[in-house]
Amino acid sequence: MTYVIDRRLNGKNKSTVNRQRFLKRYRQHIKKAVDEAINERSIQDIENGEKISIPSKDINEPIFHHGPGGKNDIILPGNKDFVVGDQIKRPQQGAGGGGGGQASDQGEGEDDFVFQISRDEFLNFMFDDLELPNLTKRQLAGTESFKTVRAGISNEGNPNQINIIRSLRSANARRIALTGKKRKQLKEYEQELANLQKNNSDYDRQLQLKEAIVELKNRIRKVPFIDTFDLKYNLHTKQPVPSSRAVMFCLMDVSGSMTQATKDIAKRFFILLYLFLQRNYEKTEVVFIRHHTAAKEVEEQEFFYSRETGGTIVSSALKLMQKIIEARYPADEWNIYGAQASDGDNWNDDSDVCHKLLDEQLLPLCQYFSYLEITSRDHQALWQEYEAVQQKYPQKFSMRQIEHASEIYPIFRDLFQRRESHAA
Amino acid sequence: MTKTKRQPISTSSEWSFELIETYEKEIGRLAEGFKLDIYPNQIEIISSEQMMDAYASVGMPIGYNHWSYGKKFLNTQENYKRGQMGLAYELVINSNPCISYLMEENTMTMQALVIAHACFGHNSFFKNNYLFKTWTDADSIVDYLVFAKGYISKCEERHGIENVESTLDACHALMNYGVDRYKRPYPMSAREEQQQQKEREEYLQQQINELWRTIPVAEQDTTGQTIHFPEEPQENILYFIEKNAPLLEPWQREIVRIVRKIAQYFYPQRQTQVMNEGWASFWHHTLLNSLYDEGLVNDGFMLEFLQYHTNVLYQPDFDEPWYNGINPYTLGFAMFQDIKRICEQPDEEDKRFFPDFAGSNWLDTLHFAMENYKDESFILQFLSPKVIRELKLFTITDDEENNYLEVAAIHNDEGYQLIREALASQYNLGNLEPNIEIEKVDIRGDRSITLQHNQYNHKPLDNESASEVLKHLHTLWGFDVHLHSKDNNKTKQSWHCPEAAEA
Repeated sequence: MTYVIDRRLNGKNKSTVNRQRFLKRYRQHIKKAVDEAINERSIQDIENGEKISIPSKDINEPIFHHGPGGKNDIILPGNKDFVVGDQIKRPQQGAGGGGGGQASDQGEGEDDFVFQISRDEFLNFMFDDLELPNLTKRQLAGTESFKTVRAGISNEGNPNQINIIRSLRSANARRIALTGKKRKQLKEYEQELANLQKNNSDYDRQLQLKEAIVELKNRIRKVPFIDTFDLKYNLHTKQPVPSSRAVMFCLMDVSGSMTQATKDIAKRFFILLYLFLQRNYEKTEVVFIRHHTAAKEVEEQEFFYSRETGGTIVSSALKLMQKIIEARYPADEWNIYGAQASDGDNWNDDSDVCHKLLDEQLLPLCQYFSYLEITSRDHQALWQEYEAVQQKYPQKFSMRQIEHASEIYPIFRDLFQRRESHAA
Repeated sequence: MTKTKRQPISTSSEWSFELIETYEKEIGRLAEGFKLDIYPNQIEIISSEQMMDAYASVGMPIGYNHWSYGKKFLNTQENYKRGQMGLAYELVINSNPCISYLMEENTMTMQALVIAHACFGHNSFFKNNYLFKTWTDADSIVDYLVFAKGYISKCEERHGIENVESTLDACHALMNYGVDRYKRPYPMSAREEQQQQKEREEYLQQQINELWRTIPVAEQDTTGQTIHFPEEPQENILYFIEKNAPLLEPWQREIVRIVRKIAQYFYPQRQTQVMNEGWASFWHHTLLNSLYDEGLVNDGFMLEFLQYHTNVLYQPDFDEPWYNGINPYTLGFAMFQDIKRICEQPDEEDKRFFPDFAGSNWLDTLHFAMENYKDESFILQFLSPKVIRELKLFTITDDEENNYLEVAAIHNDEGYQLIREALASQYNLGNLEPNIEIEKVDIRGDRSITLQHNQYNHKPLDNESASEVLKHLHTLWGFDVHLHSKDNNKTKQSWHCPEAAEA
């Protein structure tokens, strides 16, 4: 008897669990590969999956097998011109031959173990352990998320919400209330009737009583067991869930002093930041501000791709940020973050203004502000002013210097590393 | 046979379920004529993704979860995507009914080839070869795997994935040492297994408590005799651990047992690669040619089939870059073909080499060979000079003591016997795997376990992997583990875990 079965419709991802276990086990290795990959490739590619390679000796499953050496007889096919007794110089490698070779088909070779992970998995590894610092729950108006909570009992509702115990209890109470008087009367009549029957007297009264008892019993029976009036319903209400709302201000210097390379680094940093926010914080808004001598709020597309240059007044961006906060993001409802990238060049007296703006206006409103200086030259006035700011707000303000594109990711991680919650 | 030309079953390369059934029926009719005795067939059509899943679980239809299968899957997937490797056209499982997987991408010709190869070739081999008959129980394997998967996932729930994983890792490292080579195993059935499992747990724990009792027994100690345990060296390391490891939890013992049972199930397959593939190839070749003779398939079908056939049987020479050992399909096919030739048209040489069966009935001889041998003995008995000449086999001796390699034998009169013996020993698992046994357990002292490797042809153990495996053994045993590699009773290498043990 033969059966032909079509199994094509059965699940094809039988190996998913095992694959997951593998990824979990070699987490550290994969993370390292991901980190390296990010440093090497341009950020736009990051959206794609990644080929991960792990040294195969790290994932070998060891078994006992022969090492090289000893005496081996090896049989080979395809003899061309050897005759018995020919002596051949031992090749440098592969002296193991028969015995050793057998055991090594599990990938003992020099090659790395290479496999593909999906984009999602890639980003997961990339943003592992990162978070926005000092995020607090702020109260909000017009939130979108609610949760349903019980809110007692009501007299109206859907049939599927009927609370049976309460309904029957109330029906019971009603029946007791409505029949109490009659049952009392009934008792009295029955008592009287019993007395009369004992004495065998006053047959008229007996008859009367019997009729009255039947009448009363009927009336008691007519009180309905359950009435619409008794029905009780479970009541649920929606409560707004306080969720954390955050806004990230991305401030980028696009002035003439920024070379193509520095702009590229700044953009890559912001793309990374943007990806991170998009992925891990659904309700985060991002405001893009670019500035040279004047600052301008722009769309995402323009922020990353347009070219425009001019002189440099850093404070213009900070001022605009402050203006936008006042207009749209009241600090008691929003977690406010800032990230600024510049090459450190600034108009002569402007750095002082920046210091003041941050110190007095912005930082009191912000949860966290990071400054990124992309330069390989000496620091200028802006850096020095910012250093003073950092001394004053060590928790809220951080600054880093980047020289090469390869440092972007490590510094990004450094800035947004998950840390022990500060005493808030 | 009346040579009435009949209509071909199909002329297009598209397959359909009806066609598969028709081919299966026709091939089955011919196979019966050749006395192929098979389990009922269960043919399953799967997609290539499913084939990769099947690959990853090393041919078990149901497998417990473990990261190493994930690794195999990723590896297969990557190679397949890069086009470095085609998927096997077929996968067949030694069970009753015999499950064969056919890929939906295959053409009709390919499906017919696979049906002949797997559903009749491998199937009859599984049912009749003595190794499979003794070592595996085709009726219950699927049930047992279901039990194993269920048990292990229950353990994961109760004891945590990590704990189960580390136990499995350790067992996998010793999997090749979890087989009884000489004793016949008790046939397993899932129901019994489940019933017994509980009792076994309790009983086992009692035994172990007895063995490891710390209260001194007065009479024995006074005799001053040292107790040697185990009395004989033990080859089945996993079995020994299951029964005697002092610190294992009952569920861990059960896991050791599961791995051991599965190792035992695969043990015959590892010993009959050449024969099994050779047998299946011989029959797909014979059966499809018979179909052609009857006019049931056309010339186009045969050309396509022959192309696959020659691809599978291709044997690169040793000096070609894609040479990767002797192709078991080629060797096995050539040998079975030659046995048939020797029976039908023996020449003088054949009569000299094979007086027993030259000129006898070829079908009986073939069946006899298939039923009663494994690779090693099969080659030793049946490798004919003609096959040696055709494959141009030669032997190289690689002796550590010389700084050169020497050609020991080629395909000539003096060489045939040598090549035959050398090739046979190349398929002897006993020579391929280091011979390691449990030598001693210090039951009244530090509870350490000592393993001994007896070198074969002075071949040493691979240093790094040996110390890794010892770590795994240490996880299972719980106390010090020692391994000595001995050549002619002289200790050449020693490993200890933990390493500081031998200061």
